[in-house]
Amino acid sequence: MVKQLDELDKKLLTLAQREFPLDSRPYQRLGEELGLSGQEVIERIKELKEAGYIRRLGGIFSSKKLGYVSTLAAAKVAEEQFYQVVEEVNQYQGVTHNYRRNHDFNLWFTLIAPDQASLEEQLAEIEVLVGVKVLHNLPAERFYKLGVKLNLEKEG
Amino acid sequence: MNIRISQLDKEIIRAVQGELPLVERPYQKIADELEISKEELLARLKQLKEEGRLRRMGVILYHRQAGYQFNGMGAWLVSPERREEVGKLMTSYEEISHVYQRPTYPDWPYSLFSMIHGQSQSEVEEIAQEISEKTGIAEYKILYSTEELKKTSMKYFCEE
Repeated sequence: MVKQLDELDKKLLTLAQREFPLDSRPYQRLGEELGLSGQEVIERIKELKEAGYIRRLGGIFSSKKLGYVSTLAAAKVAEEQFYQVVEEVNQYQGVTHNYRRNHDFNLWFTLIAPDQASLEEQLAEIEVLVGVKVLHNLPAERFYKLGVKLNLEKEG
Repeated sequence: MNIRISQLDKEIIRAVQGELPLVERPYQKIADELEISKEELLARLKQLKEEGRLRRMGVILYHRQAGYQFNGMGAWLVSPERREEVGKLMTSYEEISHVYQRPTYPDWPYSLFSMIHGQSQSEVEEIAQEISEKTGIAEYKILYSTEELKKTSMKYFCEE
Protein backbone atom coordinates (compact mmCIF):
# COMPACT_ATOMS: atom_id res chain seq x y z
CA MET A 1 0.00 0.00 0.00
CA VAL A 2 1.45 3.35 -1.01
CA LYS A 3 0.69 6.34 1.13
CA GLN A 4 -0.28 9.35 -0.95
CA LEU A 5 1.37 12.58 0.08
CA ASP A 6 -0.97 15.47 0.66
CA GLU A 7 0.05 19.11 0.26
CA LEU A 8 0.97 19.44 3.93
CA ASP A 9 3.16 16.34 3.79
CA LYS A 10 5.00 17.78 0.81
CA LYS A 11 5.51 21.13 2.51
CA LEU A 12 6.62 19.40 5.67
CA LEU A 13 9.17 17.25 3.82
CA THR A 14 10.57 20.26 2.00
CA LEU A 15 10.85 22.30 5.20
CA ALA A 16 12.23 19.43 7.26
CA GLN A 17 14.81 18.84 4.58
CA ARG A 18 15.99 22.40 4.22
CA GLU A 19 15.21 24.32 7.37
CA PHE A 20 14.77 21.95 10.26
CA PRO A 21 14.99 24.33 13.22
CA LEU A 22 17.81 24.36 15.73
CA ASP A 23 15.31 25.48 18.28
CA SER A 24 14.07 24.15 21.58
CA ARG A 25 10.73 23.04 20.08
CA PRO A 26 11.54 22.28 16.44
CA TYR A 27 8.34 20.40 15.64
CA GLN A 28 6.23 23.23 16.97
CA ARG A 29 8.23 25.71 14.88
CA LEU A 30 7.60 23.62 11.76
CA GLY A 31 3.95 23.40 12.72
CA GLU A 32 3.68 27.17 12.84
CA GLU A 33 4.69 27.30 9.18
CA LEU A 34 2.14 24.66 8.27
CA GLY A 35 -0.80 25.47 10.49
CA LEU A 36 -0.30 22.30 12.53
CA SER A 37 0.45 21.66 16.17
CA GLY A 38 3.83 20.28 17.17
CA GLN A 39 2.19 16.98 18.02
CA GLU A 40 0.56 16.80 14.57
CA VAL A 41 3.96 17.38 12.95
CA ILE A 42 5.42 14.55 15.04
CA GLU A 43 2.59 12.23 13.99
CA ARG A 44 3.08 13.09 10.33
CA ILE A 45 6.82 12.50 10.54
CA LYS A 46 6.18 9.10 12.13
CA GLU A 47 3.80 8.20 9.30
CA LEU A 48 6.24 9.39 6.66
CA LYS A 49 8.96 7.26 8.20
CA GLU A 50 6.72 4.22 8.31
CA ALA A 51 5.55 4.78 4.75
CA GLY A 52 9.17 4.86 3.58
CA TYR A 53 9.47 8.50 2.58
CA ILE A 54 11.88 9.53 5.33
CA ARG A 55 15.03 7.47 5.74
CA ARG A 56 16.35 9.36 8.74
CA LEU A 57 15.78 12.52 10.74
CA GLY A 58 18.92 13.76 12.42
CA GLY A 59 22.24 15.50 11.92
CA ILE A 60 23.92 15.27 8.54
CA PHE A 61 27.64 15.90 8.75
CA SER A 62 30.40 16.69 6.28
CA SER A 63 32.84 13.82 6.57
CA LYS A 64 35.62 15.95 5.15
CA LYS A 65 35.10 18.73 7.67
CA LEU A 66 35.14 16.21 10.49
CA GLY A 67 38.56 15.13 9.27
CA TYR A 68 37.43 11.93 7.59
CA VAL A 69 38.42 10.77 4.11
CA SER A 70 36.15 9.06 1.67
CA THR A 71 36.27 7.27 -1.63
CA LEU A 72 34.32 5.32 -4.19
CA ALA A 73 35.57 1.82 -4.93
CA ALA A 74 34.73 -0.28 -7.96
CA ALA A 75 35.37 -4.02 -8.02
CA LYS A 76 34.99 -6.91 -10.38
CA VAL A 77 33.66 -9.75 -8.29
CA ALA A 78 33.19 -13.34 -9.42
CA GLU A 79 29.52 -14.23 -9.55
CA GLU A 80 30.01 -17.39 -7.47
CA GLN A 81 31.46 -15.43 -4.54
CA PHE A 82 29.44 -12.27 -5.04
CA TYR A 83 27.26 -12.37 -1.94
CA GLN A 84 30.04 -13.70 0.22
CA VAL A 85 32.11 -10.66 -0.75
CA VAL A 86 29.13 -8.35 -0.21
CA GLU A 87 28.65 -9.69 3.27
CA GLU A 88 32.27 -9.06 4.16
CA VAL A 89 32.37 -5.61 2.57
CA ASN A 90 29.16 -4.54 4.31
CA GLN A 91 30.68 -5.34 7.69
CA TYR A 92 32.93 -2.33 7.40
CA GLN A 93 31.23 0.47 9.27
CA GLY A 94 32.63 3.03 6.82
CA VAL A 95 30.98 1.32 3.86
CA THR A 96 27.84 3.43 3.69
CA HIS A 97 26.53 2.72 0.19
CA ASN A 98 27.00 -0.49 -1.73
CA TYR A 99 25.40 -1.37 -5.04
CA ARG A 100 25.51 -4.06 -7.66
CA ARG A 101 25.75 -2.42 -11.06
CA ASN A 102 25.26 -3.64 -14.60
CA HIS A 103 28.92 -3.80 -15.67
CA ASP A 104 32.02 -6.00 -15.41
CA PHE A 105 32.76 -3.74 -12.49
CA ASN A 106 29.74 -5.13 -10.74
CA LEU A 107 30.29 -3.94 -7.16
CA TRP A 108 30.45 -0.23 -6.27
CA PHE A 109 30.71 1.02 -2.74
CA THR A 110 31.57 4.18 -0.85
CA LEU A 111 34.02 4.00 2.02
CA ILE A 112 34.58 6.61 4.73
CA ALA A 113 37.50 6.33 7.16
CA PRO A 114 39.11 8.50 9.85
CA ASP A 115 42.32 8.86 7.86
CA GLN A 116 43.98 7.93 4.57
CA ALA A 117 46.03 5.11 6.06
CA SER A 118 43.03 3.32 7.47
CA LEU A 119 41.08 3.85 4.26
CA GLU A 120 43.85 2.25 2.25
CA GLU A 121 44.23 -0.53 4.75
CA GLN A 122 40.55 -1.41 4.50
CA LEU A 123 40.64 -1.33 0.70
CA ALA A 124 43.68 -3.62 0.73
CA GLU A 125 41.81 -6.08 2.94
CA ILE A 126 38.82 -6.07 0.59
CA GLU A 127 41.02 -6.40 -2.48
CA VAL A 128 42.33 -9.78 -1.34
CA LEU A 129 38.95 -11.31 -0.50
CA VAL A 130 38.24 -14.49 -2.42
CA GLY A 131 36.21 -13.58 -5.48
CA VAL A 132 37.52 -10.03 -5.89
CA LYS A 133 39.30 -9.98 -9.23
CA VAL A 134 40.07 -6.27 -9.47
CA LEU A 135 39.47 -3.36 -7.14
CA HIS A 136 40.00 0.26 -8.06
CA ASN A 137 40.13 3.18 -5.71
CA LEU A 138 38.26 6.08 -7.31
CA PRO A 139 38.46 9.02 -4.89
CA ALA A 140 36.89 12.26 -6.10
CA GLU A 141 39.68 14.46 -7.41
CA ARG A 142 37.35 17.31 -8.10
CA PHE A 143 33.65 17.85 -7.70
CA TYR A 144 31.54 20.14 -9.77
CA LYS A 145 28.28 20.25 -7.85
CA LEU A 146 26.68 18.54 -4.93
CA GLY A 147 23.22 17.62 -3.86
CA VAL A 148 19.85 16.82 -5.34
CA LYS A 149 17.30 18.81 -3.51
CA LEU A 150 13.89 17.68 -4.47
CA ASN A 151 11.30 20.36 -4.52
CA LEU A 152 8.32 18.19 -3.69
CA GLU A 153 5.86 21.02 -3.95
CA LYS A 154 6.71 21.49 -7.61
CA GLU A 155 6.10 17.89 -8.52
CA GLY A 156 2.76 16.82 -9.86
CA MET B 1 44.02 20.19 6.96
CA ASN B 2 44.27 20.48 10.69
CA ILE B 3 41.02 19.45 12.28
CA ARG B 4 40.58 19.53 16.00
CA ILE B 5 37.28 18.51 17.43
CA SER B 6 36.63 18.72 21.13
CA GLN B 7 35.54 15.75 23.17
CA LEU B 8 32.21 17.43 23.80
CA ASP B 9 31.60 18.02 20.10
CA LYS B 10 32.38 14.39 19.41
CA GLU B 11 29.81 13.36 21.99
CA ILE B 12 27.28 15.73 20.48
CA ILE B 13 27.93 14.40 16.99
CA ARG B 14 27.50 10.84 18.25
CA ALA B 15 24.22 11.82 19.88
CA VAL B 16 22.61 13.58 16.91
CA GLN B 17 23.82 11.47 14.00
CA GLY B 18 21.11 8.86 14.59
CA GLU B 19 17.43 9.59 14.92
CA LEU B 20 16.33 12.82 16.52
CA PRO B 21 13.75 11.97 19.21
CA LEU B 22 10.16 12.58 18.15
CA VAL B 23 9.24 14.42 21.32
CA GLU B 24 8.25 18.00 21.91
CA ARG B 25 11.72 19.07 23.05
CA PRO B 26 14.19 16.69 21.41
CA TYR B 27 17.32 18.77 22.05
CA GLN B 28 16.47 18.93 25.75
CA LYS B 29 16.32 15.14 25.80
CA ILE B 30 19.72 14.83 24.13
CA ALA B 31 21.21 17.53 26.36
CA ASP B 32 19.99 15.64 29.43
CA GLU B 33 21.66 12.48 28.21
CA LEU B 34 24.90 14.37 27.64
CA GLU B 35 24.55 16.14 30.98
CA ILE B 36 24.83 19.59 29.46
CA SER B 37 22.26 22.35 29.14
CA LYS B 38 19.96 22.58 26.15
CA GLU B 39 21.35 26.07 25.50
CA GLU B 40 24.87 24.72 25.29
CA LEU B 41 23.80 21.91 22.98
CA LEU B 42 22.01 24.27 20.61
CA ALA B 43 24.91 26.72 20.70
CA ARG B 44 27.40 23.94 19.85
CA LEU B 45 25.19 22.68 17.02
CA LYS B 46 24.88 26.18 15.59
CA GLN B 47 28.64 26.56 15.79
CA LEU B 48 29.18 23.19 14.07
CA LYS B 49 26.79 24.31 11.37
CA GLU B 50 28.60 27.60 10.94
CA GLU B 51 31.87 25.73 10.53
CA GLY B 52 30.29 23.54 7.88
CA ARG B 53 30.84 20.41 9.94
CA LEU B 54 27.14 19.96 10.47
CA ARG B 55 25.66 20.28 7.00
CA ARG B 56 22.17 20.44 8.41
CA MET B 57 19.74 18.91 10.79
CA GLY B 58 16.83 17.45 8.96
CA VAL B 59 15.36 14.60 7.05
CA ILE B 60 16.99 12.39 4.47
CA LEU B 61 14.44 11.14 2.00
CA TYR B 62 14.26 7.95 0.06
CA HIS B 63 14.64 9.49 -3.38
CA ARG B 64 12.97 6.72 -5.24
CA GLN B 65 9.73 7.06 -3.37
CA ALA B 66 9.94 10.83 -3.55
CA GLY B 67 9.52 11.11 -7.29
CA TYR B 68 12.77 10.15 -9.02
CA GLN B 69 12.16 6.67 -10.33
CA PHE B 70 15.49 6.23 -12.00
CA ASN B 71 19.11 7.08 -11.31
CA GLY B 72 21.89 6.31 -13.71
CA MET B 73 25.58 6.81 -13.01
CA GLY B 74 27.07 8.27 -16.16
CA ALA B 75 30.78 7.60 -16.59
CA TRP B 76 32.43 9.60 -19.35
CA LEU B 77 35.75 9.29 -21.14
CA VAL B 78 36.89 12.90 -21.31
CA SER B 79 40.40 14.11 -22.09
CA PRO B 80 42.03 16.10 -19.27
CA GLU B 81 41.90 19.39 -21.19
CA ARG B 82 38.14 19.15 -21.71
CA ARG B 83 37.08 18.02 -18.22
CA GLU B 84 36.45 21.49 -16.88
CA GLU B 85 34.21 22.50 -19.75
CA VAL B 86 32.31 19.21 -19.92
CA GLY B 87 31.96 18.96 -16.15
CA LYS B 88 30.47 22.44 -16.00
CA LEU B 89 28.06 21.70 -18.81
CA MET B 90 26.85 18.63 -16.98
CA THR B 91 26.05 20.61 -13.86
CA SER B 92 23.80 22.89 -15.88
CA TYR B 93 21.28 20.08 -16.21
CA GLU B 94 18.62 20.04 -13.56
CA GLU B 95 18.51 16.25 -13.80
CA ILE B 96 22.19 15.88 -12.99
CA SER B 97 23.75 15.97 -9.58
CA HIS B 98 27.10 14.98 -8.17
CA VAL B 99 29.52 15.57 -11.02
CA TYR B 100 32.93 14.25 -10.02
CA GLN B 101 36.30 13.78 -11.59
CA ARG B 102 37.95 10.51 -10.57
CA PRO B 103 41.16 8.67 -11.46
CA THR B 104 41.31 6.39 -14.48
CA TYR B 105 42.87 2.96 -14.98
CA PRO B 106 43.70 1.00 -18.13
CA ASP B 107 40.52 -1.03 -17.68
CA TRP B 108 38.49 1.97 -16.47
CA PRO B 109 39.17 5.02 -18.67
CA TYR B 110 36.13 7.05 -17.60
CA SER B 111 37.14 10.13 -15.65
CA LEU B 112 33.94 12.13 -15.22
CA PHE B 113 31.03 10.78 -13.21
CA SER B 114 27.56 12.26 -13.19
CA MET B 115 24.44 11.05 -11.45
CA ILE B 116 21.53 11.38 -13.84
CA HIS B 117 18.01 11.41 -12.42
CA GLY B 118 14.85 10.79 -14.37
CA GLN B 119 11.41 9.34 -14.31
CA SER B 120 12.45 6.41 -16.47
CA GLN B 121 15.48 4.69 -17.90
CA SER B 122 14.78 6.15 -21.32
CA GLU B 123 14.67 9.66 -19.87
CA VAL B 124 18.07 9.09 -18.26
CA GLU B 125 19.42 7.80 -21.56
CA GLU B 126 18.02 10.76 -23.49
CA ILE B 127 19.79 13.19 -21.18
CA ALA B 128 23.05 11.32 -21.57
CA GLN B 129 22.65 11.28 -25.33
CA GLU B 130 21.96 14.99 -25.43
CA ILE B 131 25.12 15.68 -23.45
CA SER B 132 27.04 13.37 -25.72
CA GLU B 133 25.83 15.20 -28.81
CA LYS B 134 26.48 18.64 -27.34
CA THR B 135 30.00 17.80 -26.24
CA GLY B 136 31.06 15.27 -28.82
CA ILE B 137 31.98 12.89 -26.01
CA ALA B 138 30.94 9.59 -27.55
CA GLU B 139 32.57 7.19 -25.09
CA TYR B 140 30.41 6.81 -22.03
CA LYS B 141 28.62 4.23 -19.97
CA ILE B 142 25.51 4.50 -17.89
CA LEU B 143 25.63 2.22 -14.90
CA TYR B 144 22.45 1.42 -13.07
CA SER B 145 22.21 0.00 -9.61
CA THR B 146 20.54 -3.34 -10.09
CA GLU B 147 20.62 -4.15 -6.40
CA GLU B 148 20.99 -2.01 -3.29
CA LEU B 149 23.32 -3.96 -1.02
CA LYS B 150 23.79 -1.39 1.73
CA LYS B 151 22.64 2.16 2.35
CA THR B 152 23.25 3.76 5.67
CA SER B 153 24.52 6.96 7.24
CA MET B 154 28.06 7.14 8.51
CA LYS B 155 28.52 6.91 12.26
CA TYR B 156 31.34 9.27 13.15
CA PHE B 157 33.65 8.92 16.13
CA CYS B 158 32.55 5.36 16.83
CA GLU B 159 35.80 3.62 15.88
CA GLU B 160 37.18 1.12 18.32
